[in-house]
Order: sequence, then C-alpha cells, then structure tokens
Amino acid sequence: MSSEALVVCHECDLLLREVPLEAGGVARCTRCGCNLYRHQPEGLERSLVFALTALVLFVIANSFPIVSMNSRGLTSSTTLLGAVSVLLRDDMPSVALLVFVTTFLMPALEIGALIYLLLPLKLGRVPPAVPRVFRLLHAVQPWSMVEVFMLGLLVTISKLAAMASVVPGIALWSFVLLMFAVSAAVAGFDVRIFWARVGALR
Amino acid sequence: MNAASALVTGASAGVLACHTCGLTQRAAPEAHGLACGRCGSSLHFRKPDSISRAWALLIAAYVLIVPANLLPVMQTGSLFGSEKDTILSGVIYLWTSGSQPLAIILFIASIAIPAAKLLSLTFLLVSVQRRSLWAPRERTRLYRVVEAVGRWSMIDVYVAAMLTALVQFGSLMSIRAGSGAIAFGAVVVLTIFAAESFDPRLIWDLAEPAEPAEPESNLENVND
Repeated sequence: MSSEALVVCHECDLLLREVPLEAGGVARCTRCGCNLYRHQPEGLERSLVFALTALVLFVIANSFPIVSMNSRGLTSSTTLLGAVSVLLRDDMPSVALLVFVTTFLMPALEIGALIYLLLPLKLGRVPPAVPRVFRLLHAVQPWSMVEVFMLGLLVTISKLAAMASVVPGIALWSFVLLMFAVSAAVAGFDVRIFWARVGALR
Repeated sequence: MNAASALVTGASAGVLACHTCGLTQRAAPEAHGLACGRCGSSLHFRKPDSISRAWALLIAAYVLIVPANLLPVMQTGSLFGSEKDTILSGVIYLWTSGSQPLAIILFIASIAIPAAKLLSLTFLLVSVQRRSLWAPRERTRLYRVVEAVGRWSMIDVYVAAMLTALVQFGSLMSIRAGSGAIAFGAVVVLTIFAAESFDPRLIWDLAEPAEPAEPESNLENVND
C-alpha cells in the first residue's frame, strides 16, 4: 500500500517525487512553498540529548519558586503549580486548567514521549506501542506553550517591578533554558528518519 | 525545483499522506474510515467537514471575544479601593507608566493577534466558499502564519495567573484573575481549534484543479 518515493504536500496536496537533499537542505513544495522535509541526519540524537536536558530543567523549573517579590516588608513567591492552586482556590478553575495544561501537563507529556521514543531507539530497541506514543506526541505539541509562558513571565515581572522589588528564582532561569531545550528537541525530531529507524530495527 | 508541468495532486492520483507521520499510501478516492498503516492515525484526503467545523468554532470565538475585551481580566483590591483592568486598559496602563515596549508586546499578543486571526480565518473560509481563484500561494502563507502565531495570545492569561498567585496580601493588596480571562482563554483555544480544522488544500482544489490521474503514469512534477 505504501509508495515510499512519493511525497504529498500537506498544505496543497501536490504529489511530488522525493529527492535526496544536500547537508542542511530543505525540500519545499514547488506549488505552495511550504517546507516538506529537512536533511538532518543527526537530528534524532540531538533531539534525544535536548529532551533529556529538558527533563532535568523541567523538574528544576517546577521545584523552585519562579519569582519572589518584596514590598514594604511583605514577601511572596510562587511556583508554577502554586499559581495553579491559587487560581483554583480563587474560583477560577478554567483558567487554572488552561495554565496547568499548557505549561505543565503538555510539556511534560511532550518531553516524556520524546524520551520514550528515542532512548530505546538509541539503544537499538523499538519500545512497545510506538504508534500510540507517536500520535500522542503529535497531538500534544500544539498545546505545549513553554515559550509563550516565558514571555508572560517577563511581562509579569516587569509589571511587578513597578510596585515591589522582584527577585528572580532558579526556576525562572530553568524556564528560560527549558524553552530552548524543548524547541531544540522538537526541531531535531525528524519524523521521516524516526520511522526509517523504527522500520530498520523491526 | 521545477514548477509542476502536469498537475497531479495526491487526491487526484489516489495517494494520500498521513497527517501525523507523513507516510504516503494508496487509497480509493471515496474511501472512509481508513487508518494509517504505520502510526494508526485516521486517514482522509481532506479534513472531514473542514469548513463547517471551522465556521462553528470561529463563530463561537467571535461571540466570546466581546466579553473577553469588555470584562476585567484582572481585579486589584487594596486599601485604597479596588480597580478592574480589561485587556485594553492593562495595555494603556503599561504605555502611560513608561513600559512602552511591553505595552506593544501585549497589544500585539492580546488585541492584534486574536483580531487578525479571526479576520484571516473568516477571509480564508469565505474565499474558499466563494470558490475564489485569487492568490492561492499567498492565502496558504496566510494560513501558515495564522496557525503559528495564535499561541502567543496566551501571554495575558499567564500574566493574570502569575500576578494572582504572587500578589496575595489580603486586604493590603491582592490581585484576582477576572472573568474576562476565562473568555479570553476560550477565544485562544477556540481559534487554535478553528485553524486546525481548516484544510488549506481546499484553497488549491479550486484554484488549480487537478485532472484525475494514475499515480505512475504522468508524474512529471519531480522536485529537483
């Protein structure tokens, strides 16, 4: 049923024949110009390294306060999950849910799924339920918004800086690094090479 | 890469690619209930009910963007009384208090992007329904941008959430997220779903209709 040498553009449905790319090349659709695939032979390795880095950063980012503020003898600080629980207490369950899902649950699933798929593959084994985890990864990605949260934190801090002294915590720096690690892990995960490797090991 | 000399699309050749893993596979033109042979995702030539789903989500977003902008996203209570901030008044406050760059970021993320996204999706849907042949490449690019920038609107929700969590000093000063934040979050989520339901291939189906073809017979459009 499969015809490996053909590529169908996912945006305009043009049928194209696959071409080999030079190092660092990108194949674009001739009709609508969207990116079809890239040449990144080391992509999966890079993706795994950054996913493992992201895991460590994710744990740190969620274990320590993101910022502390100090105003006329009053201090307060919060972690990400702390913020979610305050929203729940304040009768804002929908906002709490939205924040929890997009900044905690989805990034966690994304990092977990990448490691689950790539680590055994690196060791020469195919993990069980690859199709299901792969679909999960694909479904989770649009909702994982660490980089947007990061910008939100910057706005929050500068708003607070107007009325109090703000001390950034370890978690804030971890979030900055986490943002880059997650983006790099996602960018390196080459779907075509991934399935080719899975196919070769089976 | 050369331009296509004979126009063959996946649909006209009975070849489709999995949305999730990209595997190209053969299918009968009107086949239903197919599953990808590699990753198990459901397969279709075009996203099912793309236009009506996108419209439904879009109209819901149009309705909710009104309370999202009129209701307060944040309520600040202090000894000196309480203050309610809508999205726009938050932006204006930032601008007048000297943080113009932040005001610009928030204006783009919270006001310009949601509005532009709603209008762009409306334009794409109307143009497809009116069977427009105009500038398919540009319209596809517009769709790509709409899909990519929507998530940045979440900034305001995060700001409201973090300020609520941090500024909790009882009667001295406390900030609460307001009901506008709920409506605003819903607009962002709805428009992300709406953009996901829209199928950009519909633009091309009308603009440059392909002839039915056998997959192997006239594959002239080799991209080299």
